[in-house]
Amino acid sequence: MRPFQYTKVNDASAAVQAVSANANSQFLAGGTNLIDLMKEDVACPVELVDITRLNLTQISTVAESGNLSIGALAKNSDTANHPVVRQNYPLLTQAILAGASGQIRNMATNGGNLNQRTRCSYFYDTAMPCNKRELGSGCGALEGINRYHAIFGWSEQCVAVYPSDMAIALAALDAIVQVQRADGTQRTIAFADYHRLPENNPEKDNSLNPGELITAIELPTNNFADRSYYLKVRDRSSYAFALVSVAAALEMDGNQIQQARVAMGGVAHKPWRALEAEEFLTGKTATAANFQAAAEAEMRQAKPLEHNQFKVELGKRIIARALMQAMNDGRA
Amino acid sequence: MTETGKPIDRVDGRLKVTGAAKYAAEYNQPQMAYAFPVRSTIANGTIASVDTNAALQSPGVLMVLTHENAPRLKALDPQELSQAGGRLGENLVPLQDGRVHYFGQFIGVVVAETYEQARHAAGLVRVAYAEEKPAIDFETELLKGFRPETAQGQPAQLNTGQAAPLLAAAPVKIERTYTTPTENHHPMELHSTIAIWEGANKLIVHESTQSVMTVRAVVAYFFSLKPENVRVLAPYIGGGFGSKGNPWTNIVLAVMAGQAVNRPVKLVITRHMMQTNVGRRSETKQQVALGAGSDGKLAVMRHHNNSYSNLTQYFERSGSPTEVLYSAPLREITYQVARLNIGASTFVRAPGDAPGSFALESAMDELAYELKIDPVEFRVINHTTTDPLSKLPYSSEHLIECYRTGAEKFGWARRKQQPRQTRDGRYLVGYGTAAATYPASRASASARVRLAADGRVIVQSATLDLGTGTYTIMAQTAADALGVSVERIAVEIGDSDLPPAPVSARSITTASVLPAVLAACEMLRKDLMQLATADAKSKLNGVNPAEIIFSDAKFFARSDRSKSDSYSDILRRNNKTALEACTTAMPASGSGLGAPGASCILAPTDSEENSDAQKYSFHSFGAQFAEVRVDEDLGLIRVKRFTTVHDVGRIMNEKTARSQIIGSVTYALGETLMEETLFDKRFGNPVTRTLADYHVPVNLDVPPIDVHFIGKPDPHISPIGARGLGEIASVGVAAAVANAVFNATGKRIRDLPITPDKLL
Ligand SMILES: Cc1cc2nc3c(=O)[nH]c(=O)nc-3n(C[C@H](O)[C@H](O)[C@H](O)COP(=O)(O)OP(=O)(O)OC[C@H]3O[C@@H](n4cnc5c(N)ncnc54)[C@H](O)[C@@H]3O)c2cc1C
Ligand code: SF4
Repeated sequence: MRPFQYTKVNDASAAVQAVSANANSQFLAGGTNLIDLMKEDVACPVELVDITRLNLTQISTVAESGNLSIGALAKNSDTANHPVVRQNYPLLTQAILAGASGQIRNMATNGGNLNQRTRCSYFYDTAMPCNKRELGSGCGALEGINRYHAIFGWSEQCVAVYPSDMAIALAALDAIVQVQRADGTQRTIAFADYHRLPENNPEKDNSLNPGELITAIELPTNNFADRSYYLKVRDRSSYAFALVSVAAALEMDGNQIQQARVAMGGVAHKPWRALEAEEFLTGKTATAANFQAAAEAEMRQAKPLEHNQFKVELGKRIIARALMQAMNDGRA
Repeated sequence: MTETGKPIDRVDGRLKVTGAAKYAAEYNQPQMAYAFPVRSTIANGTIASVDTNAALQSPGVLMVLTHENAPRLKALDPQELSQAGGRLGENLVPLQDGRVHYFGQFIGVVVAETYEQARHAAGLVRVAYAEEKPAIDFETELLKGFRPETAQGQPAQLNTGQAAPLLAAAPVKIERTYTTPTENHHPMELHSTIAIWEGANKLIVHESTQSVMTVRAVVAYFFSLKPENVRVLAPYIGGGFGSKGNPWTNIVLAVMAGQAVNRPVKLVITRHMMQTNVGRRSETKQQVALGAGSDGKLAVMRHHNNSYSNLTQYFERSGSPTEVLYSAPLREITYQVARLNIGASTFVRAPGDAPGSFALESAMDELAYELKIDPVEFRVINHTTTDPLSKLPYSSEHLIECYRTGAEKFGWARRKQQPRQTRDGRYLVGYGTAAATYPASRASASARVRLAADGRVIVQSATLDLGTGTYTIMAQTAADALGVSVERIAVEIGDSDLPPAPVSARSITTASVLPAVLAACEMLRKDLMQLATADAKSKLNGVNPAEIIFSDAKFFARSDRSKSDSYSDILRRNNKTALEACTTAMPASGSGLGAPGASCILAPTDSEENSDAQKYSFHSFGAQFAEVRVDEDLGLIRVKRFTTVHDVGRIMNEKTARSQIIGSVTYALGETLMEETLFDKRFGNPVTRTLADYHVPVNLDVPPIDVHFIGKPDPHISPIGARGLGEIASVGVAAAVANAVFNATGKRIRDLPITPDKLL
């Protein structure tokens, strides 16, 4: 770990000012990801701006829209267990609780969760090539061990996957990211535009500009609460990142699917909205055969790497199963 | 015996849960500096140049040692080292030359005022290499590998080529290939050293080790010190699983750093270094062929074993269960070893037998299906009461009782032989079994016991407690041997100045050290009794010693309990503050300690004990039963419950014994379901870097484990009758689970670990 300066701020404008003033400074929230990266010399900020005192922990309904606003500094645990989240967005509760461990969720914040970095082993090992860590050094995983890596949307520059569970549910729920700009003004980013594919700039995980602070995440109202399900398959029963995960939500009109949302984790550099599957399902009946066909439709475009071909078949099965579970016991 | 066997709490339990038990890295010293290694970033080649300028200028840095400026240590002569009682995990002395043998090798060390400063500066050392292509691919390198001639003094290759005709003639046969991955030990406690030089010729080392004696010998050897001038301390260690059995280069590096800066130095390695610098279990590829008559009797067993190794003679003896189990007239067991640019392979909990039993016991299940015989009955049909190779009877063997007890407790009768017959909701349910065996070794060990006039007893031996319960069962043994309550007994271990004991590995501690404790206590009791019977003031004066019994720290005349004398009174009347006895207990196998000059090493051997090694073969046995639920759509397995029965001789403490078995099964469930160290074939780096990607079981992965012991003392291993039990329960677990998966799904998994992708 390198020497760094530590600053604790009290409000959002001080935070964005401090970070935008110094190209090598970063926000410190729960620290569960950033500190690890610093210990490994992967993140080398010269200044940490501690934002944990910021008053951004509220979870409350926005009067005009009825959206639920979740503070960027609310803890993952508190978010998952908030009565309104449990009641109206059980998919989010399930996704958060499927991630990490109780201790980590107690430390982790919602903003930090969105901005957590990939778990690609080459990214973590400074002796290895990695374009995300050091642009131009090559992608170690492309021809290395890539069992955990992407099957959608990767580029030759980077095949990493984005590791968050929470964000997969947020993608399915069409969340909106509230951001405070460096100049103090606010902007919003639609969730689908928040994280990005690697293309030629894998060093950039998302569309935040330097110094921009996430202040809240908004969840639009929806009719999915009774029919949603988060299903995660991993290498052990808990406390492991997803091999593949699926957030599925259905809005029914009688027996007909009015609207389907399917987002996948562990398959791409960003939460992967399974738009093919969603489109296929719209207007169809909720049958195993249709769920299966939707899954097939989505996975047709998958491009697996040497060690992750299993994700294609696994992905199909998880989509179909998650939809079925959403239909049958989404509230369970 | 009143204390022996009782499930008493660990005598060190309170110290541990309150944090009062101190581990090696916690002995901070005044003026202590911190060392952090510099590691190679290639797997094969030589160092072309090193630039330490930036590191030297970094704040707090005291010194940077590389092969260019490190002191030259005594050259390694493995033979000579071994004669001095030393062994190394890998035959590599750090910083003596610029050769790189594997990724992550220690090629330098930075010493600084703080850990963070040392670690930061280590990253500033610039190294240029003349790189050569590393040998990492197991399959390719196997072809160029070698066939070891001996293993632990025995011929390694057995009946090469002889199985083929018998297999060809066998009416029922199978031939299958099984693989197990590279696994790391990953005890909780990282390897830690604090080296404290006291002048130029004397040294104290706090070390997380499974053998203070071996560390002492190694350090004395390389730094040309008298062994008695090196004191190695390890009163508590946070697990080892074999990774702390032999010293690794980190110890030499720490001692070297301390010498160089002339200050106490602490070196604690990182979790990543736990994967590169302190050994591993080699990947194995095993071909098993079994042939049987239609009556189910095995006619021939063949086990070809492939593994890799580097910088050591050690190789994974995965054929070992095939040497011991079943009554086939012919068994062919062969080994091929690849040389890879990966650090040394070494023993990991249940070496040989854990991966070997996955292959053998899966194959037995496969053949049982071919024969349409129940897998338990199939094992009973082929049971042997004599060692198939030496033809000696087993010293004490109750394997069939293990099968029967296990089957009953588990409810094996409910199993359906046909796969895919039992469902529970969306889960397929399956039952599986496997046999377990592990060598019952014993080595020479010494112990000293001291009885003070205030009635307190101290029992000492340079053995260790890896968290297993050694402290507790030593106290229980002494309590019974002296007739003193456990509370009055203090056990002191983990100090190389104490009477020598063997490395705490191969499950030998209980079998080796307790007889020494018993012998020392008996010696002391005899001496004390002598003082009493010879003393005119004692009520026992003149009483025939054979008529004297003891309890509550007193002697009594058997016929007249009013004739008694307390230990304290005897000592006081004789003006003694304490009485002491020290002795060495020699095992049946008579393997020496190789620590010359140590205290009370040369006590006479018991000739009656010694003769047993020629008459009996010493092994422990067990049976494993698993129930699994498989969600076959998603490839998810849950081990629902596990029954484990062991024949390990006398049980010294029900509770610590049970904990060991639960720990072993859990350990093996990790190896069965998730553990795997993966290497990038281009760079030789482990891509499973930390415990976030090298998965070990979480609570949810571990079912209730139902533990049973046969508990019959082994009359030949020692007067106590206890064999070790720290490893056997890791044997057969993988096969029992894989067999249960087959029973559930009809899908045979022959490659560990059984992760979701393999079940799809
Ligand atoms: C062992 C382990 C296992 C884990 N397993 C899982 C898992 O299974 N599933 C899962 O989803 N996650 C998992 N995690 C990741 C965990 O969820 C994240 O580490 C956590 O959510 C990060 O939150 P934080 O507040 O600690 O972020 P920090 O570490 O403080 O910050 C992370 C990043 O976000 C930036 N940041 C923080 N807050 C803001 C903000 N308001 N605006 C802009 N930028 C910000 C920081 O500058 C930093 O770059 C695991 C973590 C560990 C250590
Ligand atoms: S996949 Fe991305 S993060 Fe991983 S090595 Fe390649 S560039 Fe780096």
